[in-house]
Amino acid sequence: MGQLSYLAVLAGCLFAAIWLEPVLRVNVLRRWRRLSLTLLAVVVVFVAWDLAAIAAGHWSFDPAQTTGVLLPGQLPLDELLFFVVVPICTVLGFEAVRAVRTPPGRPRRPDDRWSAGDEADHRPAGDEADAGRRRVR
Amino acid sequence: MSYTVAALLGVVAAVLVDLVVLRTRLVLRAVFWATYPIIVGFQLLSNGILTGRDIVRYDPAAIVGLRIAYAPVEDLLFGFAMVLFTLSVWVWLGRRGVQRTPAAGEGDWLLARLRRRRRARQSAAAPGDEH
Repeated sequence: MGQLSYLAVLAGCLFAAIWLEPVLRVNVLRRWRRLSLTLLAVVVVFVAWDLAAIAAGHWSFDPAQTTGVLLPGQLPLDELLFFVVVPICTVLGFEAVRAVRTPPGRPRRPDDRWSAGDEADHRPAGDEADAGRRRVR
Repeated sequence: MSYTVAALLGVVAAVLVDLVVLRTRLVLRAVFWATYPIIVGFQLLSNGILTGRDIVRYDPAAIVGLRIAYAPVEDLLFGFAMVLFTLSVWVWLGRRGVQRTPAAGEGDWLLARLRRRRRARQSAAAPGDEH
């Protein structure tokens, strides 16, 4: 596979999870603003870690198996895409578990151990009550 | 600092973000622990290819040397920190009101069909007690 090896692994990850969007309607891609903000936070934090690790020599990448496109700090483009693809798959998996375990419409108690605290009918107590009422689509 | 120390600190930081900073408390919730094993399975597979084929190489001095499916054990900690941080931010944004809906499974014909079938089976097994 040569220089496309790393990208092929990432494509495989995406392929393994993306079907959850149409089949289970996990509605992750449809909530693209929330997903984009999540990705932004993950990329900022973990690229910083990655750059520090590359600078410290903790790990390196085989030039023969990556695209060869290097971003500032010797960060391969492939590695940047890792921090985009893996979080997307993570959220897809998480929402798939929720789609199966707590289907929408089923009444939920606040103490429901399957809740994550961000459900539309969830009314957190105290200082977060206001934020809970602000529903944006 | 070795990768080993950095990975341990990463896990501690991610747990602190979840419990104290964003207060999403995912590590105390069943839904997180039901998701994590699924993701870790795929991580072992993809990370095993990346490390087994030497696409990513590690400085032997930066790791303890214990490997699981070719990957240094530190990668599991890195992965845990990343998965927890990702889901913590995602849930926090939802709590702040950023695109809570459409919820997972909303409008899905497959799940709706399975649920209808289960309900029908239950009411057939216990007539008069339909809940």
